[in-house]
Amino acid sequence: MSSVRVLVGTRKGAFILTSDAGRERWDVSGPHFAGWEIYHMKGSPVDPDRLYASQSSGWFGQQIQRSSDGGKTWEQMDNKFLYEGVPGTHQWYDGTPHPWEFKRVWHVEPSLTDPDTVYAGVEDAAIFRTTDGGKSWQELAGLRGHGTGSQWTPGAGGMGLHTILLDPVQKGRIYVAISAAGAFRSDDAGATWKPINQGLRSEYIPDPTAEVGHCVHRITFHPSRPGTLFMQKHWDVMRSDNAGDLWHEVSGNLPTDFGFVIDVHAHEPETIYVVPIKSDSEHFPIDGKLRVYRSRTGGNEWQELSKGLPEKDCYVNVLRDAMAIDTLDSCGVYFGTTGGQVYVSADSGDTWKAIVRDLPAVVSVEVQTLP
Amino acid sequence: MIRVMLPQHLRTLARVGAEVQLEVQGAVTQRSVLDALEARYPALQGTIRDHGTLKRRPFLRFFACEEDLSHEPPDAPLPGAVASGAEPYLIIGAIAGG
Repeated sequence: MSSVRVLVGTRKGAFILTSDAGRERWDVSGPHFAGWEIYHMKGSPVDPDRLYASQSSGWFGQQIQRSSDGGKTWEQMDNKFLYEGVPGTHQWYDGTPHPWEFKRVWHVEPSLTDPDTVYAGVEDAAIFRTTDGGKSWQELAGLRGHGTGSQWTPGAGGMGLHTILLDPVQKGRIYVAISAAGAFRSDDAGATWKPINQGLRSEYIPDPTAEVGHCVHRITFHPSRPGTLFMQKHWDVMRSDNAGDLWHEVSGNLPTDFGFVIDVHAHEPETIYVVPIKSDSEHFPIDGKLRVYRSRTGGNEWQELSKGLPEKDCYVNVLRDAMAIDTLDSCGVYFGTTGGQVYVSADSGDTWKAIVRDLPAVVSVEVQTLP
Repeated sequence: MIRVMLPQHLRTLARVGAEVQLEVQGAVTQRSVLDALEARYPALQGTIRDHGTLKRRPFLRFFACEEDLSHEPPDAPLPGAVASGAEPYLIIGAIAGG
């Protein structure tokens, strides 16, 4: 019988939530790496028991952990993330040059075909790759070096490369997103890159339609249609139907188009989910009511989903890596909050319930659908 | 034998108790002690000093004999009481954050 394993990264450790396909009764294990920030955990698509975790601390720096048994035991891997060549400078918040400095790994993305190959998105923004299961990491320096790097600026949370999408159809195509530089695409397995931000408009930069400088919070696609991208930007929900070459806004009737997460239904490529957040000044839901919004039309027409979610006094945030989708027949949608709740809907968003309510602030949520 | 006291999270990574004891060849300095510590416990590489520069990480401090040695040159000799093993060399996480 199928089951699901939810990998939750929090400010104070990692937690693993497991259930059968009913998604009613849950076992909770953790905290793993207690006291450390777990920015992200993800499993290999070809070897689901092979997990990678980014463990970091302001005091003690970065660790990468690897499990070969689905998270029961862990092995400390190489933690050297050294930029290629002379790192140079990007722009600081005030526009002055600032040297590139490695701070942490925000996101780990295992290869679609090889459990030993993993991509890591880091702060200050760069992409690294291991091909030996985490024993060594090399920068794909063509991203930082393609020409616009000196113009990139940090978002409020730092200059992190937070999204890595590996195209399952077009071999060698990779999308990444950086706060606050924008989205970028490689068509040659990460050797060369180009910005893909045409159509974005951001009023908080001197030229609102500049080639880079947009605070992209998240991009996603459906694996069957990887050329159609959806984006939650700092403000605006966007869509591209040509692999990011041009974007158009699909915020439609959303009550606010600020937010962090965006994801796609497992079986309906035009069904997408966001969690509207009031504003960039007030990082919580409108009127204290936590809501997911679903569009079954690929954007523009949005439906409020509230059954089982807090109706009042809820002032949490949902961070950019904290939503996930399982692939069971009745599609499951998951998200975690900065208040420590992890919610699940086992019916595509129609109804919700909390799996856990009192974890540390949730940074990331991934789910594995296991046979 | 040099005695080194570690903060909790580094004990967990290195799988040791609060204090470790190290043989240090040659002059006993902060650099030679940390080199010996990282050689014996590779899991600690990058956690006390940055990989590339070998500079002390900003939120860590080094104490010994009731003195703050965090800003002393890395090749300066450590106090005789540390070199003799009478006093430990302390690696401390700065009191910041939650």
